[in-house]
This record gives sequence, structure tokens and C-alpha cells, in this order.
Amino acid sequence: MAIESVDKQNVIDQEEVLRPRMVSVEIAGKTYQVPEGITVIKALWYTGQEVIRGAGCLGGFCGACATYYRTKDDPKVRTCLACSTAVEDGMSFTMVPPFPARKATYQMADLKDPKQDLFTLYPEAPLCRNCNACTEACPQSIDVREGVWRAVFGDFKAVSEMFMDCVMCGLCVPVCIADIAPNLVALYASRAQGVFFTEKPERLHHRIEEIEHGRYDTEWKRILKMNEQELTKVCAELK
Amino acid sequence: MDIHELQKIVHKTRDSRRTQTLPKYSPAERDTLIKKYHPDHRESAYRPIKFGANAGELTVRELAALLEGESPVPDDLDLTPAHTVDVLVIGGGGAGCAAALHAYAQGAKVLLATKLRLGDSNTVMAQGGIQVAITNEDSPIQHFLDTLKGGHMKNDHELLKVMVEEGPSVAKWLLDLGVLFDRDSDGNLHVKKGGGSSKPRLLTCSDYTGLEIMRVLKDEVLNQKIQLLEFSAAVELLSDRGGACTGAVLRDLDNKRLVVVAAKTVILATGGIGRLHIQGFPTSNHYGATGDGLAMAYRMGAKLLQVDTFQYHPTGAAYPEQLIGALVTEGIRSEGGHLVNARGERFVNELDTRDVVSSSIIRECEEGRGIRTMTGRTGVWLDTPLLDVEQGPGTVEKHFPAMVRQYKRYGIDITKDPVLTYPTLHYQNGGVQIDVNGKSGVRNLFVAGETSGGLHGRNRLMGNSLLDLMVFGRRSGTTAAAQAKSIPQGELTLEHVKRFRADARAHGVSGGITSPMLFPAYAKKE
Repeated sequence: MAIESVDKQNVIDQEEVLRPRMVSVEIAGKTYQVPEGITVIKALWYTGQEVIRGAGCLGGFCGACATYYRTKDDPKVRTCLACSTAVEDGMSFTMVPPFPARKATYQMADLKDPKQDLFTLYPEAPLCRNCNACTEACPQSIDVREGVWRAVFGDFKAVSEMFMDCVMCGLCVPVCIADIAPNLVALYASRAQGVFFTEKPERLHHRIEEIEHGRYDTEWKRILKMNEQELTKVCAELK
Repeated sequence: MDIHELQKIVHKTRDSRRTQTLPKYSPAERDTLIKKYHPDHRESAYRPIKFGANAGELTVRELAALLEGESPVPDDLDLTPAHTVDVLVIGGGGAGCAAALHAYAQGAKVLLATKLRLGDSNTVMAQGGIQVAITNEDSPIQHFLDTLKGGHMKNDHELLKVMVEEGPSVAKWLLDLGVLFDRDSDGNLHVKKGGGSSKPRLLTCSDYTGLEIMRVLKDEVLNQKIQLLEFSAAVELLSDRGGACTGAVLRDLDNKRLVVVAAKTVILATGGIGRLHIQGFPTSNHYGATGDGLAMAYRMGAKLLQVDTFQYHPTGAAYPEQLIGALVTEGIRSEGGHLVNARGERFVNELDTRDVVSSSIIRECEEGRGIRTMTGRTGVWLDTPLLDVEQGPGTVEKHFPAMVRQYKRYGIDITKDPVLTYPTLHYQNGGVQIDVNGKSGVRNLFVAGETSGGLHGRNRLMGNSLLDLMVFGRRSGTTAAAQAKSIPQGELTLEHVKRFRADARAHGVSGGITSPMLFPAYAKKE
């Protein structure tokens, strides 16, 4: 959508946008030249690779594109989401295949003591050895280790707040030396928080009753009888 | 010029803009603006569909080609089923999961097949919230009227009434599953005001509403041990000799084999179409949003509605290049963020409907009041720091953590600097015609969510999509399960495909694309 009439003054013409510099990256051990600043997943496409397992929402929300990467000369292997991380010169990366974590299954509504049930469903949860690898692995900067402890101590509310950002990429799982799947523990705790420890919203229940008891029936009849012209008039008056 | 230089005018004009109120356009002004600038009115982008249930009707060229496309299934495919179920749900997003859970709750044997992983969808990205009329000042009727106004009076009244009336009960269903909606201090659900709505009625989970709902539904599908086939894309439906739907053919994306599923009822919940990049627009949609359901239903003879209208979300990222197409949530405008042109002026009431706001952004850019990037894109500023000025420091960070995080990755601090935005292809307003229970015109074929049409008219309101998914996911799932109880498994044939091929030949259509296309062709092959 190039539009010529834009005032010449109003152009972002920073060097990096003018002429994308090509950079050298290593993808699963093989070196390629790609434009600097494109996302990791676009770099995969740019080099001709089909990505099916590993592409999802492409917006940083679904966690499909979990990736390990390292920057030039840095021994530290980091994690990212390939759809929302820009490549840089000397970067080395590989997508992370799905990890066979065990997800406990449960009938939420049937749980009697969800805070205690955590230990039946995820008996490994209290075995955290505080290595902090999960926190370091989280591309969403969640304090995962703290979250696991909060879950174990029954502070499900804190867990639910801390993990609202969790995209379930699962990068915290393979690094855990105690075989905990922190994202799944957190999901359980968050759901339990919602089901068991959150106030019932009165206004919502009141509205459901009103609808069931036909409070709006007369008004519906009036509205649904209107022709398009009358309806348009009513709608035009909405602020 | 350096981006910071260009941003200066936004900072400079902020104080004077704060006291300014912009009226919404009158109906006549809206019409003129949309006709002149909205991409739905670019005639050259449209052509008539050559044959089938919508023959002669206009749609965008990309979709017309898809609908007329060639089936990937050979006439002589061995149709011995690998799976036989009551209800086959195609699609693992919000509508698909809701449909599967409700069908399963009715005691049906359910199979959920999805092209990517369970939950990979547009649903997971929905940041704005879900519209449910719960406050004393609000009512389902208000919700109905707002939606009708937003949809240019072209919504199906029956579908719409059902959606707004069942909003509160699906909200309760989600709460009972553990979805954590934001609360007021008295424990009631917190509501926010969305674009095009006269009352605040958006329920939110910070700016992760879709993610939170999807996480919970996905977990529940797994807990109920509903049979699941991931990386299994539906490529064709199956019919009996009377034209009723009797199952589907899936492609296992790992070994490329075709897998036949016999089902008494089929629910299509394959989502939208953004990855067709209609008119060359970038898109906010997920990787698999290629309109598969539309193509399959059309070959089966289902009628489509309003497939000439699409929603371009006003504020897609226009800079940096890495974020092109990604959404800057409408929530920022809901909370008072201004749209500002290169002269530092506001030019539209930011809470007007999406088509109006998008059209006005395109107008600003076409009339030379936009900001251009050297990759040839244009855009206008969205004044994000204004929220901190109005509501206190930390507001942006607290209310839009996802947004802050997304930009931070590129060294942009949206709490301090405005962001450049331009409309991005966001939603397919129309789709397969359905009744209130999600039934399409084809017997035993149900459609739920973005693939269906009629509900949203010619423009969907913010927050009505998540609601659509949950309400019609539930209705289609429940009805499809009940219907499956009363009918035998029909014969599996490809009669409709043969008919479609003959029709294509008769209309001189050959050598077109294979559809569904499943994925956009991004991998660079030379």
C-alpha cells in the first residue's frame, strides 16, 4: 500500500529500514544469510523451510513456536517465541519439538479439596529443587519457580495472576530436574482458583434469571416488529 | 527522519487533544466515508463467483478462486472409514472446542480434528474481551441494537437475538470451567466499553481474554478425553446420494495420507480467511486461517452469505516491519487512546465502529496526512502514552502487558512513545448461512464461529466474536449430538465432488488452485 502523496517530511527513514542488511544466522547447525531484523520464523521461511509443527497464531499468544537460540559468541542458550523475536547477526537457533510432558486429567467440578488434590494429580510438584531453570527458560518472563511454590503452598490466586501471561509453550518443562510441568501445574491451579475460590458474580446471575423469566419479552416483541426504517431510527439514537 | 523526531508532534499536541471531544459521524457521513475509503468498496478487487450456490454474486478475487478451486481428493478414493463417530468437529479453536465439549456432554461419540494443534486459532489472540450485557444500565436489547447498528442493519435478527440473550449463560459456563474474568471490588464482573457499543459490556481477562478462554477449553477437551486428531486437516466433506453430509476426508500432515472419517453429523469450525491476504493486506490472523471450511461447504452446495465484506481492524502494527499485521488491541482506544495524524491532529472518534475508524485512517494516509515507512507502508499514530497521562503512570503496563511485551522485543516502549498503525485484515464478516442451531443448508452439516455468516452483518463489533464462538459452538454441538442420536450413519460417497467437477467444467473453470489451500505459501522456493 505505497501511497505517494505522503508528505516527504513524514517518512521514517532510519538506516535499518532503508536497506535491510543481510546477516548470517545458523539454523539447526546450517548457516544462511537473511535480512536483519526479520522474525525467527520468517527467517525459516526465507531459507525455504516449511514450518507446520511450530507455526500457530504468529502473534505471540499460542506458544507453538518455542525456540532455543544463542547470540554471537555468547555461550548462554536462551528461549524465545519464533514469531516475535528478531534475528541478529551471528544468531544460532533451532525450534523446540513438543516435549512429552504428563498432563493430569481431572473432572474439575468433582474435586473435593483442590489445594490438596494438587498433590495427587501432580505428586512431583512439591519436589522442586529451586534450580530456577524454569524461570530462566520462560519467554514470557514469568517467575515460574515462584509460581510452582505458590501452587504447592496453596496460594492459587497468586499463581493465576502470575500465569495469566502463560502461552503454554512448555519451555519450562524439559529443563525441570524434578520432572515438574510448571505450566500444567499453574493451569490446574488457575482453573481451580476460578472454580472454587472466586466470588459468584451476583449481577450476572441476576441477569440470567431476568432473561429466563422473560423480563425482556415485551421489549423484544416491540423491537422485532419494527421495519428496517424504524430500527435504523432507533439505532441512530444510540450514543 | 528518525522515528523519535516524527513522534514529537504527538507528544507536543497531547495536552491540547485531551480536552477535545470528537463527535461520531452521522449515518450519512459514515456511508460516504466507507464507500470512498473502505477496502470492501474497491471494485477492482471483486469479481462474480462463476458457479455454485452463490453463482453471479461478487466476492474478492482471492476467495472466488478458492471457492471454485479443485478438490485434492481423487474420485476413486477408497472410502473405508478409519474412524466412525457420531459427531465430527473440524477445527480446534474456540468454536470447535465449545462444540466438542457440548456434544460430548450430550453423550455423543465425538472426534475433534484440527489442522494444527488443539487451540491454534484466532481465538487465542482475542485481546479485547467478550461482550455480555450484564449491568443495570444495559440489556440484551441494547446489545442487539448496538450490534445491528455496527453491522449496518444487515445482521440476521434471529441469530443475533439468540447470541445476545445467551451471552450471560455462556459467561456462567466459562466461569464454571474456571475462566478468570476481571472483577470489580464487589466481586461482580468488571465491564469495559468497546468500540461501537453504547454501554460498557466487555468482560476481559486483562488483555489475554482469548488466551485464557482457549487455555481452559483446551484443558477441558483433554480432561474429557475427547478423541483428538491434531495436524489433521479436513480437505473434503463426504455426502450420501441425497446430498446430506456423512463425514469428511482429512489429510494427516505428517505422512500426507488421506484419512476417512464417517460421522452422523459434522460441525465445521475452521475459522477465518486472513491468510489469503485479500487485496494484499497484512493480517492479524493465525497461520491456518485460509477459509478451508468455506471451500468445503461450498462444494457441498451450502449457501454463503455476505462474503463480499471483511473486517479490517483499524490498528494493525505498521512499524516495525517485524510486527506488520499484528494487532494493537482496540482496548487501547477503549481506554482513551487517540489516533493522531502526521500533523498531530485527531481525525475520528476512536470508539466509532471498526469500519469507520479503518476508513478514516486510510483517508488520512491517502490524503497525505499519514506517516510513511521506507518499506512503503503508511500509518497514523496511536497515542499510547496518553493512557498513563490520563489514568496515572503504570496504566498501560498494568492493562496491556501483552502489548508492552510485544513492542519491547523491538526496543519500543509504548508507555513512552506512540505506535504507528494501519488497518490489517482481521475478520470475515460473512460465511456459511446457518440457522439458530448452526445448521447449514446441507443436511447434517453444522457450522459455528467465523466460518458461519449472517450474525454480524457487514461489520462485526468488538467482543462479539468470542461470544459468537461460545454461543453457536454450544448450540451446534448440542444440536448435532441430539441429531446424531436419531439418524443412522449415511453412505460415504464423493457424489458432490463429482457434481462440482462437472459444474466447473460446464463453466469453463479449469486449472485453478487446489482448495482448501491449508497454509499460505511463505517458504521461499527458488
